[in-house]
Amino acid sequence: MNPFKSSSKTQKRKDAIVAGFLAVLTYIILACTLFIFFDITKKGLPVIMPVFSEQGGEVFNSDFLTRMPETLVEFTDGEGLKKSMPSSDFTAYTKKNPDAVVENKKTNAYSGGGIAGPLIGTALLVIVCMIAALIVGVAAAVYLNEYASQGRFVGLIRLAIMNLAGVPSIVFGLFGFAFFCLFPLLPVFETGLGADLPKIAIPMFGGHLVFKTLGNSLLAGGLTLAVMVLPVIIAACEESLKAIPKGFREASLALGATKWQCIRTAVLPYATPGILTASVLGVTRVAGETAPIMFTAAVALKGKLPWQDAQDNGIFWLPDIFTESVQAMPYHIYTFAKIPRTEATSAMQDGSVFVFLVMVMLFASFSIYLRIQYRKKLKW
Amino acid sequence: MSATDENIELAKKPVAAREANNPNPISAKDAVIEVDNVSFSYDDGKSNVLSNISFNIPKGKVTALIGPSGCGKSTLIRCLNRMNDLVETSKVTTGQIRIMGQDINAAEVDPIELRKQVGMVFQKYNPFPKSVYENVAYGLRIQGIKNKGRLDEAVEVSLRRAALWNEVKDRLGSSALGLSGGQQQRLCIARTIAVNPRIVLMDEPCSALDPIATARIEELIAELQEDFTIVIVTHNMQQATRVSDRTAFFYLGRLIEYDETTTIFGNPSVSQTEDYVSGRFG
Repeated sequence: MNPFKSSSKTQKRKDAIVAGFLAVLTYIILACTLFIFFDITKKGLPVIMPVFSEQGGEVFNSDFLTRMPETLVEFTDGEGLKKSMPSSDFTAYTKKNPDAVVENKKTNAYSGGGIAGPLIGTALLVIVCMIAALIVGVAAAVYLNEYASQGRFVGLIRLAIMNLAGVPSIVFGLFGFAFFCLFPLLPVFETGLGADLPKIAIPMFGGHLVFKTLGNSLLAGGLTLAVMVLPVIIAACEESLKAIPKGFREASLALGATKWQCIRTAVLPYATPGILTASVLGVTRVAGETAPIMFTAAVALKGKLPWQDAQDNGIFWLPDIFTESVQAMPYHIYTFAKIPRTEATSAMQDGSVFVFLVMVMLFASFSIYLRIQYRKKLKW
Repeated sequence: MSATDENIELAKKPVAAREANNPNPISAKDAVIEVDNVSFSYDDGKSNVLSNISFNIPKGKVTALIGPSGCGKSTLIRCLNRMNDLVETSKVTTGQIRIMGQDINAAEVDPIELRKQVGMVFQKYNPFPKSVYENVAYGLRIQGIKNKGRLDEAVEVSLRRAALWNEVKDRLGSSALGLSGGQQQRLCIARTIAVNPRIVLMDEPCSALDPIATARIEELIAELQEDFTIVIVTHNMQQATRVSDRTAFFYLGRLIEYDETTTIFGNPSVSQTEDYVSGRFG
């Protein structure tokens, strides 16, 4: 005689149905993710590693990652063979063989060469963005969590910051354009201005300090992205700070530390790993944003890398990198979406998307690695 | 009425300053801490968690604060080094706390300097996730002392005084979190005495420890008494009998009786005290 026999069958069945439903939804998400991943890999991997493509070829197409995007020239040569090559190669080809037959010449914008420019542009944008976002974000989080008296006003500040997260990225792009590109923010020291002085010109050291607009530049784009990622950074920093046990602060203060000494020596060092993990996640987010950089930094086609361009500007070229416009991966992919997809352009399209996906996945994996290391090292 | 109800009623009646009735009072000359008619509130004065506490703590001795949970002893001890300042709405509503003659809540007092002279050991031991050495040296480093020789010496002296040196001298660089609970609490004591405070406050230092670790810390308190004035809050009445010279009994925010430990536990003047120490309530 079993006193603990199952009583209600319908209740159990309901439970089983709900469990199954939740599992199905989860697996649908997994299926979508896998589908996207495999589709992109199938089309994009042969571009980077031609050994996997139909025609076969070298193991690693390093050209794709090291050359700048160029126009792709398609033509039929004397023997009726279809050829396609980037325009700089084409120029070299015609120079070497001046009487080669070129028929049915067709040019495809952006489809030749490689993606070195966009890759480096995205990397630079991310670096500028993260430096700005971390400085401002950590400062804000430390202030909100440690210094500000918790009341309604601080609650409003937090609400305002979280609302930033809901602003559409295209609006960020327009804001960045108006504020960073059009507003004179950059202090520049100039000599020999003569009578034609701008409104704000501070005389010093024989010349004047004037303010110039940033225009379409790396700095403007990076700062716009920084404003966009601020809510993520601030939220993550606050979480890291809150996770530090109260006992550390109390012990530190009881030994006669000032508030900043306490934060600097007994709180921030233990919050840093959490902040880093969160910032890598922030990077993953902004690396793929198109709208904020469309108006503020990115150009579709540029012949030279930012430092090559900056060096043309004279001897103090290093800071000038920040005022150059850049190419960027998301914008590069966006310009592609508008070009009709032919056999010739598809290589660049698929390859770009695949490389971009791999780049983002590497960042995400790095953040997971950081998080695991952080959990191992700091246990209290 | 049950014994507990009776005692609650008694506690609500206004209490004359116990020191006046005390046959063995501590004069201001011998006292290092004078608590003078102090009331304290956590909500800006709307309600008091401590009411009209008056007693003097003698120099160079161990004074125990006992009483059931919620009687205000932890609150009082945290007033002595102004740790309650961390709660924004807390304030001393009446009276003064004087340490070495100075009202510690006066505007000219810097709480940082106060805390360097009045150290605290907490109930839950809280060493930093740093090395043993860095934990003990922490208080000196934040005062700007960088000289390695000085730090080395101070660390060794403090660890010896805390009866921990022999156990950690070969692993000063290892993480403090790798020590046992009792060792970590002794490390916290070493850390506190490294800055050479005059007074050491201990808020139930043994409540998170096993009996053997507790016994070692009690031995330590007896040794430290020679150099520091110690005020210890304890839940454990037997511990109070073992370590302290004077004991103050609190109930519901009021000081019920304050006398030599032997008197409090052997021959208390107030019936409430007798009820508590004999376990009739608590």
